Amino acid sequence: MTEVVSESSSIEPTVRVETKRQPLPPKERLETVFEITDLEALYGSKAALKGVSLEVYKNLVTAIIGPSGCGKSTFIRCLNRMNDLVPSFTQEGTIRYHGYDIRAAGVDSVAVRRTIGMVFQRPNPFPKSIYDNVAWGLKVLGMKDGLKDRVEKALTQAALWDEVKDRLKTNALGLSGGQQQRLCIARTIAVEPDVVLMDEPASALDPIATQKIEELMHNLKSEYTFVIVTHNMQQAARVADMTAFFSISRGEEGHRYGELIEYDATEKIFTAPSDKRTEDYVTGRFG
Amino acid sequence: MSATDLSVFGRPNDRLRRRRIVNRGVEVIAWAAAAVGVALLGILVGYVAQNGASKLNLSLFTNPGTPDAVTSVPQGLANAFAGSLVIVGIATAMALPFGILVAIYVSEFAPRAIKGFVNLVLDVVAGIPAIVVAIFVYGLVEVGHGQTGLAASFALAVIMLPFVARSTIEILALVPNSLREAGLGLGVPRWRTTVGVVLPQAIGGILTGSVLAIARVAGETAPVLILTSLVGQGIAWNPLHPLWTVPLAIYELSESGLPNDRATAWAGAFVLIMFILVVSLTARWFAARSRRKLGRSA
Repeated sequence: MTEVVSESSSIEPTVRVETKRQPLPPKERLETVFEITDLEALYGSKAALKGVSLEVYKNLVTAIIGPSGCGKSTFIRCLNRMNDLVPSFTQEGTIRYHGYDIRAAGVDSVAVRRTIGMVFQRPNPFPKSIYDNVAWGLKVLGMKDGLKDRVEKALTQAALWDEVKDRLKTNALGLSGGQQQRLCIARTIAVEPDVVLMDEPASALDPIATQKIEELMHNLKSEYTFVIVTHNMQQAARVADMTAFFSISRGEEGHRYGELIEYDATEKIFTAPSDKRTEDYVTGRFG
Repeated sequence: MSATDLSVFGRPNDRLRRRRIVNRGVEVIAWAAAAVGVALLGILVGYVAQNGASKLNLSLFTNPGTPDAVTSVPQGLANAFAGSLVIVGIATAMALPFGILVAIYVSEFAPRAIKGFVNLVLDVVAGIPAIVVAIFVYGLVEVGHGQTGLAASFALAVIMLPFVARSTIEILALVPNSLREAGLGLGVPRWRTTVGVVLPQAIGGILTGSVLAIARVAGETAPVLILTSLVGQGIAWNPLHPLWTVPLAIYELSESGLPNDRATAWAGAFVLIMFILVVSLTARWFAARSRRKLGRSA
């Protein structure tokens, strides 16, 4: 609880935060969930992201940080094929999930998203009751046995149950922003995905709501694998086991694209980064 | 201009004065145009009501009338109302589900190129004059078979379809994409997301567009004149026979030599206007409700 990130540091980071992070298990004990090789993401003919290769490990929180426009969101939306919904989007390279190429012929994007759930930047509850927000996905996906218990469990895991248990039938849009976002998390974990992707889940929330979401990620990572995009470095330092730093590079003719600069244990990224650009970013000299 | 003339806001001068006058002029013209529009409606409704007043009573709705008025017996329009109800009802039953499905395909499933093409087609169909649709349906189903109310329903459905589809497309475009993503992000198939999330959100707006389309075709005269005008006496409900309708009743009775018949025509016109008014107000209420709903989640 009181481990301070910057203690053993040789550089002077702007980020001094308390973290609940446990030490990383040795690398050979880590199980690879995603194996991303040479990922290139294009909108039309413009590359938004080039040459990204990294591995995401099971039951860890992996944070993606970097300045605006570095392709963080594009990257995370590749992981559950959410970008398929963008008409001009194309992708090169491979993303393997437990060894299976998620874009291989015959792989259904619906099935991919079923296993790899997503929480979005802005809370987007359905215009239904609190109960139905969680129950709808369960019903549609055929998880109807013990529906009430499933809803309660998900809301409890998302640290929302105590606040809403007496008004489950009221409209979800009446909740505060932070509650709505926790409801969206409850809705996502209710259908028991394997991985939960979070695209800046706390960027529209106040610090208390943010803290609640970080705590629930910490509490749930024994059951799920989290990948979180954040522009908040403190947040990455607090919740993430692994951190990937993306930045903007310039290609020929000044074309800007996102690139993975460095990927390592969060501790290392924030205290002893091996790339100068990472150091500049985490010490606040850039971005 | 000397420096002393300049106060903080500039002194009134010719140019400023001219701008003010022009501004005032435009405002007055716009106001007058709006006033004329409202007055026109008032005069129209008043005139129609006044001319039909003698016939605006319960018997208008209970007594049938005759299309070729040769009698001087007090007539009603019960058969015309019944016919319009049946014909517009069937037309709605045909056009509504079809139009909404077209809209769902265009806004939820179609690739961009097809989207544009279908939109264009809908615009063209919406622009086809009613008489052309009527002739088309006449040639298609009535030549050699005789008139039916059903043929008129079909023609009215063709006229309704693009209105229903276009208005539904516009409403579906207002449903925030984040809601679709929420459904799809759960691993729910697109059609389930459309049915379970997108449509419930848009239903008010879809009803609005549909109701306006109904109002639009209820007054269409060309199709009923060509397709279902040779009617008998008395109230009839069977769409497989020709049915009398309100627009046709107005048209035919207004040409009668008898003042009583002409008054009946006016009364029919008044009821038609009131129907469209009520329907439009209902539609606006639905629309406002739906906008509130959409606004809250945006």
